[in-house]
Amino acid sequence: MSALFEARGITKRFGGLTALHGVDFSLDAGIASIIGPNGAGKTTLFNIFTGLYGADEGAVTFRDHALLGLRPDRITALGICRTFQNIRLFANMTAFENVLVGMHARVSLGLLDVLVRGPRFRHTEGVLHARASALLERVGLLRQANEVARNLPYGDQRRLEIARALASEPSLLLLDEPTAGMTGGEAGSLMGLLRALVADLGLAVILIEHNMRVVMEVSDRVTVLDHGERIAEGSPQEVQADTRVIEAYLGTRHSGGLRRRRAER
Amino acid sequence: MIQTALAIGGVGLSAWAVATFPRSVLVFLLFQASLVFVYLARIPRWLRAGLLALALLVLMPLLGHFNGYYLEVATQVGIFVALALGLNIVVGLAGLLDLGYVAFFAVGAYSWAIFGSPHANLIFGGGFPLAAGWFYLFLLVGLLIGAGTGILLGLPVLRLRGDYLAIVTLGFGEVIRVLANNLDKPINITNGPKGITPIARPPVPFEVPYAEAFYFLVLLIAATVVLVNRWLEDSHIGRAWEAIREDELAAQAMGVPLVRTKLLAFACGASFAGIMGVVFAAKQVFISPESFTFLESIGVLAMVILGGMGSIPGAIVGATVVTVLNLQVLKGFSLWLNELKNAGVVVLGYNLADLPTQLEPAKYERMIFGAILVLMMIFRPQGIFPVRRRARELGER
Repeated sequence: MSALFEARGITKRFGGLTALHGVDFSLDAGIASIIGPNGAGKTTLFNIFTGLYGADEGAVTFRDHALLGLRPDRITALGICRTFQNIRLFANMTAFENVLVGMHARVSLGLLDVLVRGPRFRHTEGVLHARASALLERVGLLRQANEVARNLPYGDQRRLEIARALASEPSLLLLDEPTAGMTGGEAGSLMGLLRALVADLGLAVILIEHNMRVVMEVSDRVTVLDHGERIAEGSPQEVQADTRVIEAYLGTRHSGGLRRRRAER
Repeated sequence: MIQTALAIGGVGLSAWAVATFPRSVLVFLLFQASLVFVYLARIPRWLRAGLLALALLVLMPLLGHFNGYYLEVATQVGIFVALALGLNIVVGLAGLLDLGYVAFFAVGAYSWAIFGSPHANLIFGGGFPLAAGWFYLFLLVGLLIGAGTGILLGLPVLRLRGDYLAIVTLGFGEVIRVLANNLDKPINITNGPKGITPIARPPVPFEVPYAEAFYFLVLLIAATVVLVNRWLEDSHIGRAWEAIREDELAAQAMGVPLVRTKLLAFACGASFAGIMGVVFAAKQVFISPESFTFLESIGVLAMVILGGMGSIPGAIVGATVVTVLNLQVLKGFSLWLNELKNAGVVVLGYNLADLPTQLEPAKYERMIFGAILVLMMIFRPQGIFPVRRRARELGER
């Protein structure tokens, strides 16, 4: 049986720079993390998974659909959605509207339905609104539903991005540094939410994360990238013990108390 | 309570005043201001709708009897309201800067001008003009041709944004105008700079005079356009347009198909212009490329921005303000100055009659209009009736 999500031999070059070199990745269920130093190619990998970039070599399959070459909105419709490292909300729309836009791929109305505004339209809009409220409640933002996204505090914006991504009813969620800039407590509660989502919705998650405590705590599998190559893959314990990982990622210093050295690009 | 009384009294009194002083532009402006007040006043919804309907459906045509020009102004306002709302979809909602919008208006106008006049005989041999009744079918044709042209323009510019898109649409607008100017050879399609006339007017029921008939027709179409705009805005389509305006890449990653959604914006915006073009051709009886210059595109854009980008009431008020400014206020102002000049009024020891011709008041009209635009953008960049969200965005600075 093939995995839910599988990438094989992904190579991506930007001009003379090889950002990714034959990277393999696969996920069946649960939470898989991708870690690595800045510039290792983690976000590039996400951009290829979600169709924002093409790949020079390799193949990506999701439920036996080949993803490479598909437009981002088609990939979202298939059930993969993401958040962005540098938050990309629709800044001048309300939290509620942001989530509604996330449902776009699941709306089966056409222009005619909108212009006729019959029972079909009203029913669908009603369902969308109810779902949006439920999602906002789930991430703890219901009270801020009518707040314009740009006015939300940083942590709320990160959670709103997750709600917006969940709105497309994905079976695979890609989170790009969701805890960046959060306090330890905020990060902890976000990971609690994530685990609950995985348990309740059967969601599979790929996580890019710099916060090692979060990664080791929450991940089922960990993949380590360095200079565009996969240097290790395994359970958190296995990866932590891997000498190549310690060398490449942690440097030769002692392994505890890792910090992000610099915001990635 | 006070507001209710003020609203009813304002509309009634100002209407009475217009009937009593049919030549005074100021009084007519008062009547318009009373309608804005009705819209803004804290009064019951039914009363607001009733008063606006009364003013537009009954009072306005009645006032047209006292001064026919007012009805002409109101009709023009209606045409530009529809244009501004169409452009508002493209620029205000979807964030696609279009500087050649009047091209769609031109395409609609020429579609009826050619087939609704004897001109088509030059192309097809004989049998034209079409019976006047075809006009109503051509409203639909204008809509479809407008939408088609919108898609045609949209296809090549899908990858462009901001400044680049603006330049290409500007070029497109010019191409349409130049085509209209030069397509009199080898086959005479547009009759070139001479224009097309006479264009058939639609048959009117109950022998309503043409001025009133066009007023009601334009009012009906403009009202429909307002309604359609509201429905689009309040749907997944409108939300997708706004998402594209906010962040194209994120919108696509959230499942919004960029190509289809952008083309839909171009098509919807253009279709309103197309349908109004048909009405315009019939109303004017004569059209030529002169009516569809770059300045017209900029004028409609100014309405949208002046009113408040992305806001439906904004576009309506913007269209009204700009049209009334151009047709009445600035003209009235320069006429008034001219009268002072002719009467030889002395200001600060200087006889206005000595004013050189280069400084004739009529020559200032455009300058004053420009100055108003500049001042508006400096002191109220969010427009007259901004969308609430947009107001917050700009208010933060």
